[in-house]
Amino acid sequence: MTPLLALVKRDLKLALREGGALGTALGFYLVVVAILPLGLGPDLNLLSRIAPGVLWVALLLAALLSAARIFENDQEDGTLEVLALGELPLELIAAGKSIAHWLSTGIPLALLSPVLGLLLNLEPSAYGVLVATMLAGTPAISFLGAVGAALTLRSRRGGLLLSLLVLPLYVPTLVFGVSAISAASGPPGSFGPPFAILLAISLASLVLAPLAAAAALRLQVQ
Amino acid sequence: MQLIADNLACARGARTILGGLSFTLAAGEALVLVGPNGAGKTTLIRTIAGFLPLAGGSLRLDGGDADRAIGQQSHYIGHLNAVKAGLTVRENAGFWAEFFGSADAGVAEVLRRVGLAALADIPAAYLSAGQKRRLGLARLLLARRPLWLLDEPTVSLDADGQRLLADVTNEHLASGGLVLAATHVPLGLASARELRLGPPVAA
Repeated sequence: MTPLLALVKRDLKLALREGGALGTALGFYLVVVAILPLGLGPDLNLLSRIAPGVLWVALLLAALLSAARIFENDQEDGTLEVLALGELPLELIAAGKSIAHWLSTGIPLALLSPVLGLLLNLEPSAYGVLVATMLAGTPAISFLGAVGAALTLRSRRGGLLLSLLVLPLYVPTLVFGVSAISAASGPPGSFGPPFAILLAISLASLVLAPLAAAAALRLQVQ
Repeated sequence: MQLIADNLACARGARTILGGLSFTLAAGEALVLVGPNGAGKTTLIRTIAGFLPLAGGSLRLDGGDADRAIGQQSHYIGHLNAVKAGLTVRENAGFWAEFFGSADAGVAEVLRRVGLAALADIPAAYLSAGQKRRLGLARLLLARRPLWLLDEPTVSLDADGQRLLADVTNEHLASGGLVLAATHVPLGLASARELRLGPPVAA
């Protein structure tokens, strides 16, 4: 377990110290959400109706932006090759780096959401549900993003390819995330099922995505 | 312990770079790969490390841990140093020590050995190319692994650094280690055989 912990600790330390990835993601999230009401006009009812969807879409794009770089730095300085020779299988290396990405980007994005909800006139009662669904859904975003990042690692300007590959995989998370929020204001008991599916998507990608990412990394170190 | 290559073939994609290569490397022996640019030295080393699939023949490490791949019993020093610019020298070395599962207590000693003790707390981004190389070579000493795969290990090292590399490599050989090195300059090893790889094969 220690090599895995060492890897996660190192990635978190680098994310905190270099700050660029988190800053970009948070900044992008803020800018998209702040600029949207300006384009839609001052219809508060409309804004509060579309707020959950807008917040989720903006969060997906912001997280994708930083997920693209999950393996890039390690590949550029040769670290990835040395990591591949460790005791830790590549599957766990991919998982460790995805966890570090979730901790350093997914959670801050989810915690910023209530502040941005304010800009979109989100109903105050929905704030708790919003953060809960985002905390439940962002692991899937990090883990699936890692698969795309591993696949496009050595392609220059792989950003477009990455979004084409990964965004379709994000659709279930988006659909059930938003429907869980709207179900929360519906009849009692309707929040459970979509939220449970959201959690299931995250757990499934936690198990399956590292396998795919490791297979892609094995090709990339050739 | 013995590294045995039998009729080994190495390829990059569909292109065969090396073929029909057989050698035996016993404990305490060094094999130095020489040959012109493009002869396949790096390809051979990366194949042994397990980054590239075998294109033919067989490769095994007799007396090694049968449960682990050859790469996992090797240290690989490639063209890049695997040094994180955002971490200090000590944190870089400490991470590799922890990652390779060796005791953290050795880090200070290893940094002293490679001549970076005085720089332990500065970010690796401020190191010169030669100092980064020394930090990369520190991995060799942070965890004990029997096979060292060195791909042009002397790049950007000064005379003192090259002597240091020769010393630690000779100590590794004396303790029964195996060394496979690709180089264009003499490494100063006590006992080394040479394996000459031919000019690049036409595609």
